[in-house]
Amino acid sequence: MANKRIDDATGVETVGHEWDGIEELNNPLPRWWLWTFYATIVFAVAYCVVYPAIPGLHKASAGTFGWSSRGALAHEMKEADAARAGIRAEIAATPVEQLAGNEKLLRASIEGGRAAFKVNCVQCHGAGAAGAKGYPNLNDDDWLWGGDIATIHQTLVHGIRQPGDDATRMSQMPAFGRDGILTAAQVQDVVSHVRVISGQEKPSGSSQRGAAIFAANCAVCHGAGGEGGRTVGAPRLNDAIWLYGGDRATLTETVTNARYGVMPAWGSRLDPVTVKMLAAYVHSLGGGEKARAPAAAPAPAASAAAK
Amino acid sequence: MNLAHDPKLTRADHSEDIGLYEKRKGVFPRGSDGAFRRLKWAIMAFCLVVYWGTPWLRWNRGPYAPDQAVLVDLAHRRFYMFQIEIWPHEFYFVAGLLIMAGIGLFLVTSAVGRAWCGYACPQTVWTDLFQHVDRLIDGDRNAQIRLQNAPWTPAKIARRTFKWGVYLAISFLTGGAWIFYFADAPTLQRAFWTGTAAPVAYATTAVLTFTTFWLGGFMREQVCIYMCPWPRIQTAMLDEKSLTVTYKDWRGEPRGSVKAAAKRVEQGLDPLGDCIDCRQCIAVCPTGIDIREGPQVGCITCALCIDACDKAMADVGRPRGLIDYFTLDDAEKVARGEAPTPVLRTIFRPRTLVYFGIWAGIGMAMLFLLASRTRLDLSVAKDRNPEYVMLSKGEVRNGFTVKLRNMEDRPRPVALAIAGLPGGAIYTDEMDASLARQALSVEVPADTTRRMRVYAIVPEGARPTEFLFQVKALDKEGGQDSVRTTFTTAEGNGQ
Repeated sequence: MANKRIDDATGVETVGHEWDGIEELNNPLPRWWLWTFYATIVFAVAYCVVYPAIPGLHKASAGTFGWSSRGALAHEMKEADAARAGIRAEIAATPVEQLAGNEKLLRASIEGGRAAFKVNCVQCHGAGAAGAKGYPNLNDDDWLWGGDIATIHQTLVHGIRQPGDDATRMSQMPAFGRDGILTAAQVQDVVSHVRVISGQEKPSGSSQRGAAIFAANCAVCHGAGGEGGRTVGAPRLNDAIWLYGGDRATLTETVTNARYGVMPAWGSRLDPVTVKMLAAYVHSLGGGEKARAPAAAPAPAASAAAK
Repeated sequence: MNLAHDPKLTRADHSEDIGLYEKRKGVFPRGSDGAFRRLKWAIMAFCLVVYWGTPWLRWNRGPYAPDQAVLVDLAHRRFYMFQIEIWPHEFYFVAGLLIMAGIGLFLVTSAVGRAWCGYACPQTVWTDLFQHVDRLIDGDRNAQIRLQNAPWTPAKIARRTFKWGVYLAISFLTGGAWIFYFADAPTLQRAFWTGTAAPVAYATTAVLTFTTFWLGGFMREQVCIYMCPWPRIQTAMLDEKSLTVTYKDWRGEPRGSVKAAAKRVEQGLDPLGDCIDCRQCIAVCPTGIDIREGPQVGCITCALCIDACDKAMADVGRPRGLIDYFTLDDAEKVARGEAPTPVLRTIFRPRTLVYFGIWAGIGMAMLFLLASRTRLDLSVAKDRNPEYVMLSKGEVRNGFTVKLRNMEDRPRPVALAIAGLPGGAIYTDEMDASLARQALSVEVPADTTRRMRVYAIVPEGARPTEFLFQVKALDKEGGQDSVRTTFTTAEGNGQ
């Protein structure tokens, strides 16, 4: 402190420190600043009392407000649930096929279904509901059991081939090759026929033999022309969409060993409102079909017009 | 320039009595009159009228938009300013205004010093207002000092209570006026008094009432000297050619009373300077500084000391302008006996002209953008998952989220069409796929972004390709927009 001196420019004494020619003036702090400083100390002490702050061996002090981050989350979740309670009650009271008649309920259901889908359905059907081998693409216009909203809802509630659910969608394709119903050559002929009616091959001797076998063994479920049968969930075979694959090897595998796809019954796993929301969401993906019985149709705001 | 090096101007050595903390020295400025005081009155009146009056101006925008001339509609994400309406994505206009305000501050500061601090800053305007209240209730400077030093008698308590009540009323009007910029003013006013306004309106009013009361009524010049960053920044922007309030020490020193000056002349000594040491410049200063100590951070250049000094000079028959707007350059020149630079050449020097050029350039660019901006926008987001959907007849469908943004204050019929997609057609999720067309006519509500799910569908054999979504207004004003996007198929996707 030997270098204290009076600064020429300001007439103020320096504190006596010097760093490369930079010195500090000994100006007093304004007193309001001191009071502000004391106020922050008081605030800090009060904060430590009312909020969890002081660490202990196992847990921190609870604070007199009883605040915790888990509690805050629970509170916010409760608030969000309360905010949704009204519309959930409305959805619960509305039959699923009438959701389309109520724009507000429909939009809420689709958004709720989008969220529930991400949790429960994407594991098999994919994040965009585009499916995978053995798991149907829900965006397209091809449905195994039907694509109107009530049918989708029924599928969701009871599942497909769900053991223990009496109302589940049930059917069983015979394993034509494995069980010896058809010989390996007959299987190949049927495969040829299926590839012809789906436009992948030109008719051949094999396919003509296959047509007869198809009429005798397959048409009962898949239809005479391969147009499928929704009452038993028999896929349409004369289109471009394949659940397992339309190439010869996959079709041979399918006809030989059959398929047995299973979907869980969501009616016993999720609450009824969420299942309705999922039905609305899946129906909204672009392939949804109109209800068989004409319901109140939504008035489209965007009208189509020829150019 | 080394006014401060003059030993007579430096403060006394107070190293013995420096405490760690210093109590605020009260500032009790004397009421004054003069050219600059009247300019300050006018600017203060203008600022207060603009602040309190603007939210109550009406502006007809038709049935689909609010009729408040200036409205920051946070709830609906719109900013209205007379005929201009800004959407959130046009926030660069606001950013441009802020940049212009910054450059404008450079311009003003380099030309006329801390004019913002001295005349237009809210802290200055409200401090000035509160100081007038002081003079109205407590009397002028000397009466205020007497009352400050008087013991707390019931009379003083009553007077202080009344004055702080007036402070509080002004503060409440100030804090309360702010909220009207963010909602329809007449509606909000009714809601405010009936207790049905949003909690945030009451909270904002309370916070701003408190800050006005505290900062304007009690902190005053301490805000400028200790808290505000502007004085530091502006000090850095000043140069030796900027006009600032200057005490002409070469003319004023050595100072002394008229009597003392006459005595020295009698004694045959060197005559004294023009400063008669009447301390009027200190008495009127709203920050309580002595301008004769030279340029300092406490000087907000309100120029009230110029008025006071001019009056004193007139009283003793000496020329005005002992304290005056002057540049540091000129101060040195005149002290050497040279003529000062003409004031217009000082103001219109390259530095200020460059600032003005930048400032005006940004303003012109914004005006151009404002005049040429489109009021109909299209944005298209292609579905990423799934990228495409194969349909049963072999057609391929792509999904898009299309947003049609109608920024006009009326509903508009538009045509949404595609171009460059062979065999393609579009339909929305509210239509049947069999109605797919190359163009759809859509009604976009006023002042709204309409979000639509649009499917583009191409018959069997589709190949991946780029194509255009186009939107065209079908009303007489017209306007169009287009967006290039892609159509994806299995081809090129490894399937």
